[in-house]
Amino acid sequence: MFAEVTLALLKGFLSTVQLFALTLVFALPLGLVISFGSMSRFAVIRYPVKFIIWIIRGTPLMLQLMIIYYGPGIIGYNVWGQGNGGRDIAALVAFVINYACYFSEIYRGGIQSIPQGQYEAGKVLGMTNHEIFRKVILLQVIKRIIPPMSNEIITLVKDTSLARIIAVFELIKAGESFMKSDGIIWPLFYTGLFYLVFSGLLTLLFHYIEKKLSYFR
Amino acid sequence: MALLEVKHIKKSFGRTSVLKDINFNLEEGQAISIIGSSGSGKTTLLRCLNFLETPDSGTITVRGDVLFDGNDSREPSEEEIRQKRLHFGMVFQSFNLFPQYTALENIMLAPTLAAKKKGAVDEEAIRRRALELLDQMGLTNRKDNYPHQLSGGQQQRVAIARALALSPDILCFDEPTSALDPELTGEVLRVIRGLAEKKTTMIIVTHEMAFARDVADQAIFMDGGRIIEQGPAKEVIDNPKEERTKQFLSNYSRTQED
Repeated sequence: MFAEVTLALLKGFLSTVQLFALTLVFALPLGLVISFGSMSRFAVIRYPVKFIIWIIRGTPLMLQLMIIYYGPGIIGYNVWGQGNGGRDIAALVAFVINYACYFSEIYRGGIQSIPQGQYEAGKVLGMTNHEIFRKVILLQVIKRIIPPMSNEIITLVKDTSLARIIAVFELIKAGESFMKSDGIIWPLFYTGLFYLVFSGLLTLLFHYIEKKLSYFR
Repeated sequence: MALLEVKHIKKSFGRTSVLKDINFNLEEGQAISIIGSSGSGKTTLLRCLNFLETPDSGTITVRGDVLFDGNDSREPSEEEIRQKRLHFGMVFQSFNLFPQYTALENIMLAPTLAAKKKGAVDEEAIRRRALELLDQMGLTNRKDNYPHQLSGGQQQRVAIARALALSPDILCFDEPTSALDPELTGEVLRVIRGLAEKKTTMIIVTHEMAFARDVADQAIFMDGGRIIEQGPAKEVIDNPKEERTKQFLSNYSRTQED
């Protein structure tokens, strides 16, 4: 039984990791674009972007999942289709939007915390804006955002379980299924171990990166 | 013809007029010191020369080449401004070294990038020149240290070497010792003095009066966004003619005695 459960949970865990990884792949760059929008000189860009960030950060991710999955159908557009693939994509869209907004605020904080003097030093040394960003600013920003980023990314590991609300197959759903089929609850509790090990590994990874970047201040 | 000619420079921030008709010339190989109380516009003037601020009007000419003309309504491109900046070097009060690079890397970064734009990077030559400059600053044994491992005086000397690495026509100092302990001030001033002896063209904004007098050929006293007095450094500082200059210098020497 234990081996059977473990195997089933591993399958669920794979889906969880997939949602996690794809969310990062899309949300990390999208967040950077959003952060530039929220720092734009032009109010017509800045305010709408800040408004969207407010909506996304101000409402539960679970609600966003439901609106994105069921919303289009209500107004007559069945964009997600019938199968499970549609659910997965809907969940991914919701996660990417939600996490991109959180990441954008972390980027913004990191970028704005770099002293103006760093930009000015680059300018008077005849560097282009692009060179200043790439060669001077970027690594300093990365160093500063690693701690809040690791926090957010570890939260994402556990937030993937929210996809359960639109019946996406993932770790929690895999554990839950044994309640219905075999009337046992321990597989559900067992899922906790998978989350723990995964977030533990991520914690180690971020500690390693932090240490790598500790050679400067 | 003077190396640098500054004519009728004016600059306001909102309603506050910070520079009101600034005029001065600087000859090649000479050093000019700019003194005056905080808020007199000294730093803004340096920032205008380095195109960190854009003057509202006036002209800035280097070697007969008009770099800035307030009457020219055309907006210069980022690339044009970048080219113009290269005439000037700038040493900041707060050093502004790049923390993720060693002393040597700080000096080599801009020349390497500049060489890349021209297509040919002779890294060995750039490194040799950077090491030479570090040696001149007395920091050879610090070349592999990161800024946070250096004292303020050492950081500022690296910053001077970094500015010199691009061989600017004119090196500007914005209160280079104001962020330093008195003990560390001397080592930075010695380096600048050495540059003056080598006939480096310099503009030095400073609160160190004795230094301003001894190192610079000319001195400018600024107050309220105007040049009140300018002339040979020794004369302006030892025998000021204007009432406002006398007042500033006597206040200054009084605080020095405290």
